[in-house]
Amino acid sequence: MSIILDKVNFSYSQETAYKIQALKDINLKIEDGEFIGIIGHTGSGKSTLIQHLNGLVKATSGGIYFNGQDIYDEDFNMKELRSKVGLVFQYPEHQLFETTIFDDVCFGPKNLGLDKKTVELRAYEALRSVGFPEALYFQSPFDLSGGQKRRVAIAGVLAMKPEVLILDEPTAGLDPAGRDEILDLISKMHKELAITVILVSHSMEDVAKYVDRIIVMNQGSVMYDGTPKEVFRQYKYLEEVGLAAPQVTYLMHELHEKGLPVNLDATTVEEAKESILCALRNNEAKRLQ
Amino acid sequence: MIRDITIGQFYPADSVIHKLDPRVKLFATMIYIIALFVFKGILGLGIITLFLAGIIRMSKVPFKFMTKGLKAIVLLLIITSVFNLLATPGDIVFWKWGSLQITDKGIINSVLMTIRLVYLILGTSLMTLTTTPNQLTDGLETALKPLNKINVPVHSIAMMMSIALRFIPILIEETDKIMKAQMARGADFESGNLIQKAKSMVPLLVPLFVSAFRRAEDLAMAMEARCYNGGEGRTKMKPLKYGKCDYISYGVVVGFLVLVIVAAVLLPFPQG
Ligand SMILES: Nc1ncnc2c1ncn2[C@@H]1O[C@H](COP(=O)(O)OP(=O)(O)OP(=O)(O)O)[C@@H](O)[C@H]1O
Ligand SMILES: [Mg+2]
Repeated sequence: MSIILDKVNFSYSQETAYKIQALKDINLKIEDGEFIGIIGHTGSGKSTLIQHLNGLVKATSGGIYFNGQDIYDEDFNMKELRSKVGLVFQYPEHQLFETTIFDDVCFGPKNLGLDKKTVELRAYEALRSVGFPEALYFQSPFDLSGGQKRRVAIAGVLAMKPEVLILDEPTAGLDPAGRDEILDLISKMHKELAITVILVSHSMEDVAKYVDRIIVMNQGSVMYDGTPKEVFRQYKYLEEVGLAAPQVTYLMHELHEKGLPVNLDATTVEEAKESILCALRNNEAKRLQ
Repeated sequence: MIRDITIGQFYPADSVIHKLDPRVKLFATMIYIIALFVFKGILGLGIITLFLAGIIRMSKVPFKFMTKGLKAIVLLLIITSVFNLLATPGDIVFWKWGSLQITDKGIINSVLMTIRLVYLILGTSLMTLTTTPNQLTDGLETALKPLNKINVPVHSIAMMMSIALRFIPILIEETDKIMKAQMARGADFESGNLIQKAKSMVPLLVPLFVSAFRRAEDLAMAMEARCYNGGEGRTKMKPLKYGKCDYISYGVVVGFLVLVIVAAVLLPFPQG
C-alpha cells in the first residue's frame, strides 16, 4: 500500500486573478504502515496536500500513484480509493447532517454498498472506539458540544475501515484530556490494525510523541522529511518559518550549554527524563571517584 | 463546477471602470438594462454589442472569467429559448404539432431572448466584478437617500444587500468544502436518476443551512458588539465624490441610450 507523489503542483483558481500556487513540486513516498506527521505554518499547503491523497483535488501537474496505479487514469476507481484512504477534515463537525448520531456514522459504510447489518455493526464499533457515550447514540448531532461532534465525525470515517487514515488537525479546539484520548486512540489503531496514519498537527509535542516520520511544509514545498530527531535537530531553521521544536528540545540544549552532557536528540518528555537522570548519575559517580 | 458562479464576485484590476463612482455604474447598468429591453432591430443590437464589448475591454476583466458566470444559467437559457421557439404564433409556420409550432416570429423571439439574457448576465456581472460590495452598497445608499423621507429604510436595505452579496462567495466556498468532506465519506453527487440526485443533496444542504444560520448569528453578534445600530448618525470613512471621469461617463451612458432609441425608430427590423 504505497502512495507516491511525483512532482505534484497545484494552484487554486487557475486562470483567474486569484491564482494561488498552493503546492510546488512535491515528491513523496508514503509506505505501508507508516505513522507520519505533517507540520507547517498556516497556509503552507498541508490541507491541500492531503486532499490530493484521496483524489479530492486534482493536481495541476504531476502524478499520484496508489499501489502503482495512476489515480488520474480514466479507468481508475476513485470510489475505491476514497474508501481505502479515509480523510478526516479540519473541523469535521461541519459535515454532520443526519437526524441521529448513529445514522450519521452509518453514512460512510452505507456508501460502500455494505448490507445493513454490517453497516450498523461498523458504526457501533467506530462510535465505541472513539469513546462516545452510548446514551447519546440516537440524539441529534447538532445538540452536541464541539469536541463531541469531532468524535462523531472521526467515527464517521473510521466506520469505513480505511487502510490509510489521514487526520487534519483532529485535536484543534479540544481540551487536553480529549486531545490525549483521540491521539492515543489513533496511535492504538495504527498499532493494532497496522494502518498507515497521516496526522496534520500544529503541536510539536504531539508530533514528537506519536509519529515516526515528519514532513515539514513551507510555502507549498516540502522543507524537511525525516524522523522527529532529524527534523527537530534543525530547530533554528524551523523557527525561521514560524515553527518550533518541542519544549524539551530547548531544555536539553540549555542543559547541554550549562555543561550537563545530555542527549540533544531527546524529543519527548520520557526520553528527556531518561537522559537527564543518566547524565546526573554519571556526574555523581565521577564526583565520588 | 460550483465555483464557476461569478455573480457577486469582485475581480481586482486597475482599470478606468474599476475607479468609476459606484453611482455611475449603477446608473449605467440601469440604462443598459432598459436599452436591452427597448431596442428593436439589428442596428440597436449592434450598438449595444459594441458598448458592452468596449466596456468589457476597458474593465480589464478577462472575458473567459465573465463567461464562466454564463455556464451556471445554461439550463435556464435553453428552457426559455425552447419555450419561445415553440410557443410563439407567427405569420409563416414552418412546423406544427398539436399546439406546438415553429414560426418565423418564434425563431426571432427565441434568438433575441437568448441574446438579451446573455447580455443581461454579462452586463450585470460586469458591474459586480468591477465594484466591491462595499462600494456598491455605498452607491445604492447614496442614490436612494431621498426615499428615506417616505420612510423607506434605505440604510437597512443597503446593508442587507451588501451582506447578501458578501455571503455568496463564502457560501460557495463552504459548499465546496462540505461537498469534499462528504465525498471523502463516499458520497456521490453526480450519478443516479433525478430522485437519487435530489436525495444525495441532503448531506450537502443540511450542513450548508446549519452553517449559514450559524454565520448569520455570529455576524449579527459581532456587529452588535461593535455598537452597530443602523444608519442613524453614521458617518462614512470614504464619502463618495464625483470626479471628471464620472461626469464624462454619465454623458456617454445617456448618449448610448439616445443612440439605441434612435436606432429603434430608424430601423426597427427584425422585431422581437
Ligand atoms: N478553497 C480554496 N480556494 C482558494 N485558495 C485556497 C483554498 N484553500 C486554500 N487556499 C490557499 O492555499 C494555500 C494553502 O492552504 P491550505 O489550506 O492547504 O493550508 P494549511 O497548511 O492547511 O493551513 P492551516 O494550518 O491554516 O490549515 C493558502 O495560501 C490558502 O490561502
Ligand atoms: Mg489546513
